[in-house]
Amino acid sequence: MSDILFYAFAAITVFSAFMVVCSRNPVNAALFMIAAFVGAAALFALLEAFFLAAVQVLVYAGAVIVLFLFIIMLLDVERTRALRPGLVSLAASAAALGLLVVGVLWLFAWEGAGPLVDARGSDAPAALARNFGYELFTRYLLPVQVTGFLLLVAMIGVIHISKRPARDTAAEPKGEEANP
Amino acid sequence: MNPTLQTLAVTLGILFTLLHVAAVLIWVERRLLALLQDRLGPNRAGPLGLFIIVADVIKIFTKEDWIPPFADRPLYVIAPAIILLTALVGFTIVPVGPGMVVLDLNIGILFFLAFSSLGIYSTVLAGWASNSKYALIGGLRMAAQMFSYEVFMGLSLMGVVILAGSLNLSEIVEAQRGMWFVLPQFLGFVIFLLAGLAETHRLPFDLPEAESELVAGFHTEYSSMKFGIFFVGEYIGLTLIAAMIVTLFFGGWLGPAWIPAPLVFCFKTFAFILFFILMRAAIPRPRFDQMLSWGWKYLLPLALINLIATGALVLIRAD
Repeated sequence: MSDILFYAFAAITVFSAFMVVCSRNPVNAALFMIAAFVGAAALFALLEAFFLAAVQVLVYAGAVIVLFLFIIMLLDVERTRALRPGLVSLAASAAALGLLVVGVLWLFAWEGAGPLVDARGSDAPAALARNFGYELFTRYLLPVQVTGFLLLVAMIGVIHISKRPARDTAAEPKGEEANP
Repeated sequence: MNPTLQTLAVTLGILFTLLHVAAVLIWVERRLLALLQDRLGPNRAGPLGLFIIVADVIKIFTKEDWIPPFADRPLYVIAPAIILLTALVGFTIVPVGPGMVVLDLNIGILFFLAFSSLGIYSTVLAGWASNSKYALIGGLRMAAQMFSYEVFMGLSLMGVVILAGSLNLSEIVEAQRGMWFVLPQFLGFVIFLLAGLAETHRLPFDLPEAESELVAGFHTEYSSMKFGIFFVGEYIGLTLIAAMIVTLFFGGWLGPAWIPAPLVFCFKTFAFILFFILMRAAIPRPRFDQMLSWGWKYLLPLALINLIATGALVLIRAD
Protein backbone atom coordinates (compact mmCIF):
# COMPACT_ATOMS: atom_id res chain seq x y z
CA MET A 1 0.00 0.00 0.00
CA SER A 2 2.74 2.39 1.04
CA ASP A 3 4.69 1.52 -2.12
CA ILE A 4 1.72 2.23 -4.36
CA LEU A 5 1.18 5.56 -2.61
CA PHE A 6 4.86 6.38 -2.97
CA TYR A 7 4.82 5.79 -6.72
CA ALA A 8 1.55 7.69 -7.11
CA PHE A 9 2.80 10.75 -5.24
CA ALA A 10 6.23 10.55 -6.85
CA ALA A 11 4.56 10.50 -10.28
CA ILE A 12 2.36 13.47 -9.35
CA THR A 13 5.36 15.40 -8.06
CA VAL A 14 7.56 14.74 -11.09
CA PHE A 15 4.76 15.34 -13.59
CA SER A 16 3.76 18.60 -11.89
CA ALA A 17 7.36 19.77 -11.69
CA PHE A 18 7.73 19.04 -15.40
CA MET A 19 4.55 20.97 -16.18
CA VAL A 20 5.78 23.95 -14.13
CA VAL A 21 8.61 24.32 -16.63
CA CYS A 22 6.49 23.61 -19.72
CA SER A 23 3.37 25.66 -19.01
CA ARG A 24 2.99 28.73 -21.18
CA ASN A 25 0.47 30.28 -18.82
CA PRO A 26 2.24 31.48 -15.64
CA VAL A 27 -0.86 30.92 -13.47
CA ASN A 28 -1.01 27.28 -14.57
CA ALA A 29 2.70 26.96 -13.89
CA ALA A 30 2.17 28.29 -10.36
CA LEU A 31 -0.69 25.83 -9.81
CA PHE A 32 1.41 22.90 -10.98
CA MET A 33 4.04 24.11 -8.55
CA ILE A 34 1.49 23.82 -5.72
CA ALA A 35 0.75 20.26 -6.86
CA ALA A 36 4.48 19.48 -6.90
CA PHE A 37 4.92 20.88 -3.37
CA VAL A 38 1.91 19.02 -2.03
CA GLY A 39 3.17 15.84 -3.70
CA ALA A 40 6.56 16.30 -2.02
CA ALA A 41 4.78 16.92 1.30
CA ALA A 42 2.87 13.67 0.82
CA LEU A 43 6.19 11.87 0.27
CA PHE A 44 7.46 13.36 3.56
CA ALA A 45 4.28 12.19 5.26
CA LEU A 46 4.85 8.67 3.90
CA LEU A 47 8.26 8.77 5.59
CA GLU A 48 6.40 9.68 8.82
CA ALA A 49 8.02 13.12 8.83
CA PHE A 50 4.69 14.84 9.47
CA PHE A 51 6.28 18.01 10.78
CA LEU A 52 8.28 18.48 7.60
CA ALA A 53 5.21 17.69 5.50
CA ALA A 54 3.08 20.27 7.31
CA VAL A 55 5.76 22.94 7.08
CA GLN A 56 6.26 22.17 3.40
CA VAL A 57 2.57 22.78 2.71
CA LEU A 58 2.35 25.75 5.09
CA VAL A 59 5.37 27.65 3.78
CA TYR A 60 5.80 26.65 0.17
CA ALA A 61 2.39 25.57 -1.09
CA GLY A 62 0.58 28.01 1.19
CA ALA A 63 2.57 31.21 1.36
CA VAL A 64 5.20 31.28 -1.38
CA ILE A 65 2.89 30.39 -4.25
CA VAL A 66 0.28 32.93 -3.15
CA LEU A 67 3.08 35.48 -3.42
CA PHE A 68 3.87 34.18 -6.93
CA LEU A 69 0.21 34.38 -7.94
CA PHE A 70 -0.03 37.88 -6.52
CA ILE A 71 2.90 39.02 -8.65
CA ILE A 72 1.62 37.20 -11.74
CA MET A 73 -1.76 38.89 -11.40
CA LEU A 74 -0.12 42.30 -11.09
CA LEU A 75 2.05 41.71 -14.15
CA ASP A 76 0.94 42.18 -17.71
CA VAL A 77 0.96 38.52 -18.72
CA GLU A 78 0.47 39.14 -22.44
CA ARG A 79 3.55 41.33 -22.55
CA THR A 80 5.75 39.00 -20.51
CA ARG A 81 4.71 36.09 -22.68
CA ALA A 82 6.53 37.67 -25.64
CA LEU A 83 9.76 38.02 -23.68
CA ARG A 84 12.58 35.67 -24.59
CA PRO A 85 15.56 35.18 -22.28
CA GLY A 86 18.87 36.38 -23.64
CA LEU A 87 21.67 34.03 -24.64
CA VAL A 88 23.80 34.88 -21.62
CA SER A 89 21.06 34.23 -19.06
CA LEU A 90 20.09 31.01 -20.87
CA ALA A 91 23.67 29.77 -20.79
CA ALA A 92 24.12 30.83 -17.16
CA SER A 93 20.89 29.07 -16.07
CA ALA A 94 21.82 25.92 -17.97
CA ALA A 95 25.29 25.88 -16.41
CA ALA A 96 23.91 26.47 -12.90
CA LEU A 97 21.29 23.75 -13.32
CA GLY A 98 23.88 21.33 -14.69
CA LEU A 99 26.19 22.00 -11.75
CA LEU A 100 23.34 21.47 -9.33
CA VAL A 101 22.35 18.12 -10.86
CA VAL A 102 25.96 16.92 -10.97
CA GLY A 103 26.49 18.09 -7.39
CA VAL A 104 23.46 16.23 -6.05
CA LEU A 105 24.32 13.05 -7.96
CA TRP A 106 27.89 13.27 -6.72
CA LEU A 107 26.70 13.70 -3.14
CA PHE A 108 24.78 10.44 -3.37
CA ALA A 109 27.42 8.49 -5.29
CA TRP A 110 30.50 9.62 -3.36
CA GLU A 111 31.40 7.40 -0.39
CA GLY A 112 33.16 10.22 1.47
CA ALA A 113 29.82 11.97 2.03
CA GLY A 114 29.18 9.54 4.86
CA PRO A 115 26.34 7.10 5.29
CA LEU A 116 22.86 8.34 4.47
CA VAL A 117 20.79 9.11 7.57
CA ASP A 118 17.67 7.02 7.96
CA ALA A 119 14.86 9.54 7.71
CA ARG A 120 12.27 7.25 9.30
CA GLY A 121 11.60 6.47 12.93
CA SER A 122 10.67 8.65 15.86
CA ASP A 123 14.19 9.92 16.60
CA ALA A 124 14.94 11.06 13.05
CA PRO A 125 15.60 14.82 12.83
CA ALA A 126 12.42 15.59 10.92
CA ALA A 127 10.00 13.33 12.80
CA LEU A 128 9.04 15.57 15.70
CA ALA A 129 8.92 19.32 16.00
CA ARG A 130 11.04 19.08 19.15
CA ASN A 131 13.82 17.09 17.46
CA PHE A 132 13.66 19.39 14.49
CA GLY A 133 14.08 22.56 16.53
CA TYR A 134 16.77 21.03 18.71
CA GLU A 135 18.86 19.93 15.72
CA LEU A 136 18.43 23.30 14.01
CA PHE A 137 19.69 25.22 17.04
CA THR A 138 22.57 22.90 17.89
CA ARG A 139 24.03 20.74 15.16
CA TYR A 140 22.92 22.79 12.17
CA LEU A 141 23.29 26.22 13.77
CA LEU A 142 25.90 27.47 11.28
CA PRO A 143 23.98 26.47 8.12
CA VAL A 144 20.83 28.06 9.55
CA GLN A 145 22.69 31.30 10.27
CA VAL A 146 24.30 31.32 6.82
CA THR A 147 20.93 30.72 5.15
CA GLY A 148 19.36 33.48 7.21
CA PHE A 149 22.15 35.85 6.24
CA LEU A 150 21.75 34.98 2.55
CA LEU A 151 18.01 35.67 2.77
CA LEU A 152 18.73 39.00 4.45
CA VAL A 153 21.14 39.92 1.65
CA ALA A 154 18.57 38.95 -0.97
CA MET A 155 15.89 40.97 0.81
CA ILE A 156 18.03 44.09 1.06
CA GLY A 157 18.96 43.68 -2.60
CA VAL A 158 15.31 43.47 -3.64
CA ILE A 159 14.38 46.52 -1.55
CA HIS A 160 17.28 48.44 -3.05
CA ILE A 161 16.38 47.52 -6.63
CA SER A 162 12.68 48.26 -6.24
CA LYS A 163 13.28 51.53 -4.38
CA ARG A 164 15.70 53.14 -6.82
CA PRO A 165 13.38 54.23 -9.63
CA ALA A 166 10.98 55.79 -7.13
CA ARG A 167 13.77 57.94 -5.72
CA ASP A 168 14.77 59.17 -9.17
CA THR A 169 11.26 60.23 -10.12
CA ALA A 170 10.14 61.62 -6.76
CA ALA A 171 10.16 65.39 -6.45
CA GLU A 172 11.34 65.25 -2.86
CA PRO A 173 13.82 62.50 -2.05
CA LYS A 174 12.45 61.88 1.46
CA GLY A 175 8.83 62.63 0.67
CA GLU A 176 7.70 59.07 -0.01
CA GLU A 177 8.53 57.79 3.46
CA ALA A 178 6.05 60.20 5.01
CA ASN A 179 3.33 58.97 2.65
CA PRO A 180 1.33 56.28 4.48
CA MET B 1 -15.92 0.03 20.61
CA ASN B 2 -13.68 -1.02 17.75
CA PRO B 3 -11.24 1.87 17.10
CA THR B 4 -11.84 1.81 13.34
CA LEU B 5 -15.59 1.91 13.88
CA GLN B 6 -15.23 4.74 16.35
CA THR B 7 -13.13 6.79 13.95
CA LEU B 8 -15.70 6.16 11.25
CA ALA B 9 -18.54 7.20 13.53
CA VAL B 10 -16.69 10.35 14.61
CA THR B 11 -15.87 11.22 10.99
CA LEU B 12 -19.45 10.78 9.82
CA GLY B 13 -20.78 12.62 12.85
CA ILE B 14 -18.53 15.62 12.27
CA LEU B 15 -19.28 15.67 8.54
CA PHE B 16 -23.04 15.38 9.09
CA THR B 17 -23.05 18.10 11.75
CA LEU B 18 -20.88 20.45 9.70
CA LEU B 19 -22.93 20.30 6.54
CA HIS B 20 -26.11 20.92 8.52
CA VAL B 21 -24.55 23.67 10.57
CA ALA B 22 -23.55 25.42 7.36
CA ALA B 23 -27.16 25.37 6.20
CA VAL B 24 -28.66 26.44 9.52
CA LEU B 25 -26.14 29.25 9.88
CA ILE B 26 -27.60 30.96 6.83
CA TRP B 27 -30.87 31.28 8.73
CA VAL B 28 -29.18 32.13 12.04
CA GLU B 29 -27.14 34.87 10.47
CA ARG B 30 -30.06 36.47 8.67
CA ARG B 31 -32.39 36.39 11.67
CA LEU B 32 -29.74 37.56 14.11
CA LEU B 33 -28.58 40.41 11.90
CA ALA B 34 -32.18 41.45 11.43
CA LEU B 35 -32.67 41.45 15.20
CA LEU B 36 -29.66 43.69 15.67
CA GLN B 37 -30.65 46.03 12.87
CA ASP B 38 -34.20 46.37 14.21
CA ARG B 39 -35.99 44.57 11.39
CA LEU B 40 -37.71 41.20 11.07
CA GLY B 41 -35.61 39.19 8.67
CA PRO B 42 -36.92 36.09 6.90
CA ASN B 43 -39.94 35.04 9.03
CA ARG B 44 -42.52 33.89 6.46
CA ALA B 45 -41.75 30.27 5.55
CA GLY B 46 -42.40 27.79 8.34
CA PRO B 47 -41.89 28.22 12.10
CA LEU B 48 -39.62 31.21 12.79
CA GLY B 49 -38.91 31.33 9.07
CA LEU B 50 -36.79 28.18 9.32
CA PHE B 51 -37.96 26.85 5.95
CA ILE B 52 -36.06 29.67 4.27
CA ILE B 53 -33.16 27.21 4.32
CA VAL B 54 -35.11 24.75 2.17
CA ALA B 55 -36.26 27.52 -0.12
CA ASP B 56 -32.68 28.78 -0.44
CA VAL B 57 -31.36 25.34 -1.30
CA ILE B 58 -34.06 24.78 -3.92
CA LYS B 59 -33.39 28.20 -5.40
CA ILE B 60 -29.66 27.70 -5.56
CA PHE B 61 -29.93 24.22 -7.11
CA THR B 62 -32.39 25.21 -9.82
CA LYS B 63 -30.69 28.42 -10.91
CA GLU B 64 -28.87 28.45 -14.21
CA ASP B 65 -25.25 27.41 -13.71
CA TRP B 66 -23.64 29.99 -15.92
CA ILE B 67 -19.94 29.92 -16.66
CA PRO B 68 -18.83 33.18 -18.26
CA PRO B 69 -17.40 32.62 -21.75
CA PHE B 70 -14.42 34.84 -20.85
CA ALA B 71 -13.52 32.78 -17.77
CA ASP B 72 -10.64 30.36 -17.41
CA ARG B 73 -12.91 27.32 -17.30
CA PRO B 74 -10.98 24.64 -15.36
CA LEU B 75 -9.82 27.04 -12.67
CA TYR B 76 -13.26 28.61 -12.46
CA VAL B 77 -14.78 25.22 -11.70
CA ILE B 78 -12.06 24.08 -9.27
CA ALA B 79 -11.99 27.27 -7.17
CA PRO B 80 -15.22 26.75 -5.14
CA ALA B 81 -14.29 23.13 -4.45
CA ILE B 82 -10.98 24.16 -2.86
CA ILE B 83 -12.52 26.17 -0.01
CA LEU B 84 -14.95 23.38 0.89
CA LEU B 85 -12.26 20.72 0.70
CA THR B 86 -9.67 22.57 2.79
CA ALA B 87 -12.20 23.61 5.43
CA LEU B 88 -13.49 20.04 5.79
CA VAL B 89 -9.99 18.53 5.86
CA GLY B 90 -8.99 21.15 8.44
CA PHE B 91 -11.69 19.76 10.72
CA THR B 92 -10.06 16.32 10.85
CA ILE B 93 -7.66 17.41 13.61
CA VAL B 94 -10.22 19.12 15.87
CA PRO B 95 -10.90 17.03 19.00
CA VAL B 96 -14.64 17.23 19.76
CA GLY B 97 -14.34 15.07 22.87
CA PRO B 98 -11.84 12.87 24.72
CA GLY B 99 -10.40 10.61 22.03
CA MET B 100 -13.01 11.81 19.56
CA VAL B 101 -10.84 13.09 16.76
CA VAL B 102 -10.53 11.90 13.19
CA LEU B 103 -6.77 12.34 12.89
CA ASP B 104 -4.76 12.58 16.12
CA LEU B 105 -1.65 14.21 14.66
CA ASN B 106 1.40 15.30 16.64
CA ILE B 107 1.53 18.48 14.61
CA GLY B 108 -2.20 19.30 14.76
CA ILE B 109 -1.79 23.08 14.85
CA LEU B 110 0.55 23.11 11.86
CA PHE B 111 -1.86 20.89 9.95
CA PHE B 112 -4.65 23.38 10.61
CA LEU B 113 -2.45 26.31 9.56
CA ALA B 114 -1.33 24.48 6.41
CA PHE B 115 -4.86 23.76 5.25
CA SER B 116 -6.16 27.17 6.14
CA SER B 117 -3.39 28.68 4.03
CA LEU B 118 -4.30 26.37 1.14
CA GLY B 119 -7.89 27.59 1.41
CA ILE B 120 -6.76 31.02 0.21
CA TYR B 121 -6.34 29.64 -3.29
CA SER B 122 -10.08 29.28 -3.59
CA THR B 123 -10.56 33.04 -3.35
CA VAL B 124 -7.46 34.03 -5.28
CA LEU B 125 -8.14 31.61 -8.14
CA ALA B 126 -11.84 32.45 -8.30
CA GLY B 127 -10.86 36.09 -8.67
CA TRP B 128 -8.33 35.30 -11.37
CA ALA B 129 -10.37 32.73 -13.31
CA SER B 130 -13.48 34.93 -13.46
CA ASN B 131 -11.48 37.29 -15.66
CA SER B 132 -13.44 40.36 -14.66
CA LYS B 133 -12.06 43.41 -12.94
CA TYR B 134 -14.07 43.32 -9.69
CA ALA B 135 -13.37 39.64 -9.20
CA LEU B 136 -9.67 40.17 -9.91
CA ILE B 137 -9.43 43.02 -7.39
CA GLY B 138 -11.15 40.78 -4.85
CA GLY B 139 -8.69 37.97 -5.50
CA LEU B 140 -5.70 40.31 -5.30
CA ARG B 141 -6.97 41.74 -2.03
CA MET B 142 -7.31 38.26 -0.60
CA ALA B 143 -3.72 37.45 -1.56
CA ALA B 144 -2.42 40.67 0.03
CA GLN B 145 -4.63 40.20 3.11
CA MET B 146 -3.33 36.67 3.48
CA PHE B 147 0.30 37.83 3.70
CA SER B 148 -0.53 40.35 6.36
CA TYR B 149 -2.36 38.00 8.72
CA GLU B 150 -0.90 34.56 8.04
CA VAL B 151 2.38 35.33 9.79
CA PHE B 152 0.90 36.61 13.02
CA MET B 153 -1.82 33.98 12.96
CA GLY B 154 0.83 31.29 13.32
CA LEU B 155 2.84 33.35 15.83
CA SER B 156 -0.17 34.06 18.03
CA LEU B 157 -0.71 30.32 18.50
CA MET B 158 2.88 29.61 19.52
CA GLY B 159 2.28 31.01 23.01
CA VAL B 160 -0.33 28.29 23.52
CA VAL B 161 2.11 25.73 22.15
CA ILE B 162 4.78 26.85 24.64
CA LEU B 163 2.36 26.63 27.58
CA ALA B 164 1.03 23.22 26.57
CA GLY B 165 4.43 21.94 25.42
CA SER B 166 2.81 20.25 22.43
CA LEU B 167 1.45 20.87 18.95
CA ASN B 168 -1.11 18.11 19.44
CA LEU B 169 -4.59 19.54 19.92
CA SER B 170 -5.81 16.80 22.28
CA GLU B 171 -2.83 17.42 24.55
CA ILE B 172 -3.42 21.17 24.39
CA VAL B 173 -7.00 20.62 25.57
CA GLU B 174 -5.79 18.34 28.38
CA ALA B 175 -3.24 20.98 29.43
CA GLN B 176 -6.10 23.41 30.05
CA ARG B 177 -7.63 21.38 32.89
CA GLY B 178 -6.27 23.80 35.49
CA MET B 179 -6.89 27.04 33.61
CA TRP B 180 -8.14 27.93 30.15
CA PHE B 181 -5.37 29.41 28.03
CA VAL B 182 -7.41 32.50 27.31
CA LEU B 183 -6.25 33.96 30.67
CA PRO B 184 -2.45 33.63 30.32
CA GLN B 185 -2.67 34.08 26.55
CA PHE B 186 -5.25 36.84 26.27
CA LEU B 187 -3.13 38.81 23.80
CA GLY B 188 -2.61 35.69 21.68
CA PHE B 189 -6.35 35.08 21.77
CA VAL B 190 -7.21 38.58 20.55
CA ILE B 191 -4.61 38.39 17.77
CA PHE B 192 -5.83 34.96 16.69
CA LEU B 193 -9.42 36.18 16.73
CA LEU B 194 -8.53 39.05 14.39
CA ALA B 195 -6.49 36.74 12.17
CA GLY B 196 -9.42 34.32 12.11
CA LEU B 197 -11.77 37.07 11.00
CA ALA B 198 -9.36 37.97 8.20
CA GLU B 199 -8.90 34.31 7.30
CA THR B 200 -12.62 33.68 6.89
CA HIS B 201 -12.89 37.08 5.19
CA ARG B 202 -15.95 38.05 7.17
CA LEU B 203 -16.87 41.55 8.18
CA PRO B 204 -15.08 43.69 9.29
CA PHE B 205 -12.34 42.11 7.18
CA ASP B 206 -14.42 41.05 4.18
CA LEU B 207 -12.35 43.20 1.85
CA PRO B 208 -12.10 40.55 -0.89
CA GLU B 209 -15.90 40.66 -1.06
CA ALA B 210 -16.75 44.25 -0.04
CA GLU B 211 -20.21 44.43 -1.61
CA SER B 212 -20.27 48.20 -1.43
CA GLU B 213 -17.10 48.56 -3.50
CA LEU B 214 -16.57 45.42 -5.58
CA VAL B 215 -20.13 44.18 -6.41
CA ALA B 216 -19.46 40.80 -4.75
CA GLY B 217 -15.68 40.67 -5.03
CA PHE B 218 -14.14 37.36 -5.97
CA HIS B 219 -17.44 35.56 -6.53
CA THR B 220 -19.06 38.25 -8.66
CA GLU B 221 -19.31 35.95 -11.68
CA TYR B 222 -20.43 32.86 -9.79
CA SER B 223 -23.98 31.61 -9.87
CA SER B 224 -26.08 28.64 -8.79
CA MET B 225 -24.43 25.81 -6.87
CA LYS B 226 -20.88 27.10 -7.40
CA PHE B 227 -21.89 30.23 -5.53
CA GLY B 228 -23.63 27.98 -3.00
CA ILE B 229 -20.41 26.04 -2.43
CA PHE B 230 -18.57 29.28 -1.68
CA PHE B 231 -21.28 30.07 0.83
CA VAL B 232 -21.16 26.68 2.50
CA GLY B 233 -17.36 26.65 2.45
CA GLU B 234 -17.29 30.05 4.09
CA TYR B 235 -19.61 28.94 6.89
CA ILE B 236 -17.61 25.77 7.47
CA GLY B 237 -14.44 27.87 7.55
CA LEU B 238 -16.11 30.12 10.13
CA THR B 239 -17.06 27.07 12.19
CA LEU B 240 -13.49 25.81 11.93
CA ILE B 241 -12.04 29.06 13.23
CA ALA B 242 -14.57 29.12 16.08
CA ALA B 243 -13.74 25.48 16.88
CA MET B 244 -10.01 26.28 16.88
CA ILE B 245 -10.50 29.26 19.22
CA VAL B 246 -12.46 27.01 21.58
CA THR B 247 -9.88 24.21 21.39
CA LEU B 248 -6.84 26.41 21.87
CA PHE B 249 -8.05 29.08 24.27
CA PHE B 250 -11.32 27.99 25.89
CA GLY B 251 -10.61 24.48 27.05
CA GLY B 252 -12.11 22.61 24.08
CA TRP B 253 -14.49 19.93 25.32
CA LEU B 254 -13.61 20.48 28.99
CA GLY B 255 -16.67 21.46 30.98
CA PRO B 256 -19.07 20.31 33.70
CA ALA B 257 -18.89 16.55 34.06
CA TRP B 258 -22.66 16.00 33.72
CA ILE B 259 -22.79 17.36 30.15
CA PRO B 260 -21.39 15.09 27.39
CA ALA B 261 -18.07 16.48 26.13
CA PRO B 262 -19.10 16.90 22.46
CA LEU B 263 -22.11 18.95 23.57
CA VAL B 264 -19.88 21.25 25.61
CA PHE B 265 -17.66 21.65 22.58
CA CYS B 266 -20.57 22.39 20.24
CA PHE B 267 -22.03 24.89 22.69
CA LYS B 268 -18.76 26.82 23.04
CA THR B 269 -18.18 26.75 19.29
CA PHE B 270 -21.67 28.02 18.62
CA ALA B 271 -21.13 30.88 21.06
CA PHE B 272 -18.13 32.01 19.02
CA ILE B 273 -20.01 31.65 15.75
CA LEU B 274 -22.67 33.95 17.18
CA PHE B 275 -19.94 36.35 18.24
CA PHE B 276 -18.57 36.40 14.69
CA ILE B 277 -22.04 37.12 13.34
CA LEU B 278 -22.54 39.92 15.87
CA MET B 279 -19.21 41.44 14.83
CA ARG B 280 -20.66 41.79 11.38
CA ALA B 281 -23.48 43.96 12.64
CA ALA B 282 -21.35 45.94 15.06
CA ILE B 283 -18.21 47.05 13.26
CA PRO B 284 -17.76 48.88 9.94
CA ARG B 285 -15.27 47.68 7.38
CA PRO B 286 -11.83 49.37 7.54
CA ARG B 287 -10.11 50.62 4.43
CA PHE B 288 -7.89 48.06 2.74
CA ASP B 289 -4.60 49.86 3.41
CA GLN B 290 -5.63 50.37 7.05
CA MET B 291 -6.16 46.65 7.48
CA LEU B 292 -2.79 45.80 5.93
CA SER B 293 -0.84 48.36 7.93
CA TRP B 294 -2.51 47.34 11.23
CA GLY B 295 -1.56 43.79 10.49
CA TRP B 296 2.09 44.53 9.80
CA LYS B 297 2.72 47.44 12.17
CA TYR B 298 0.78 46.46 15.28
CA LEU B 299 -0.44 42.88 15.29
CA LEU B 300 2.77 41.25 14.06
CA PRO B 301 5.03 42.99 16.63
CA LEU B 302 2.43 42.31 19.35
CA ALA B 303 2.37 38.63 18.44
CA LEU B 304 6.19 38.53 18.59
CA ILE B 305 6.26 40.27 21.98
CA ASN B 306 3.64 37.85 23.26
CA LEU B 307 5.69 34.91 22.05
CA ILE B 308 8.96 36.16 23.58
CA ALA B 309 7.30 37.11 26.88
CA THR B 310 5.57 33.73 27.15
CA GLY B 311 8.80 31.90 26.39
CA ALA B 312 10.73 33.95 28.94
CA LEU B 313 8.11 33.42 31.66
CA VAL B 314 8.01 29.67 31.06
CA LEU B 315 11.82 29.52 31.24
CA ILE B 316 11.91 31.56 34.47
CA ARG B 317 9.26 29.32 36.03
CA ALA B 318 11.15 26.21 34.98
CA ASP B 319 14.28 27.25 36.90
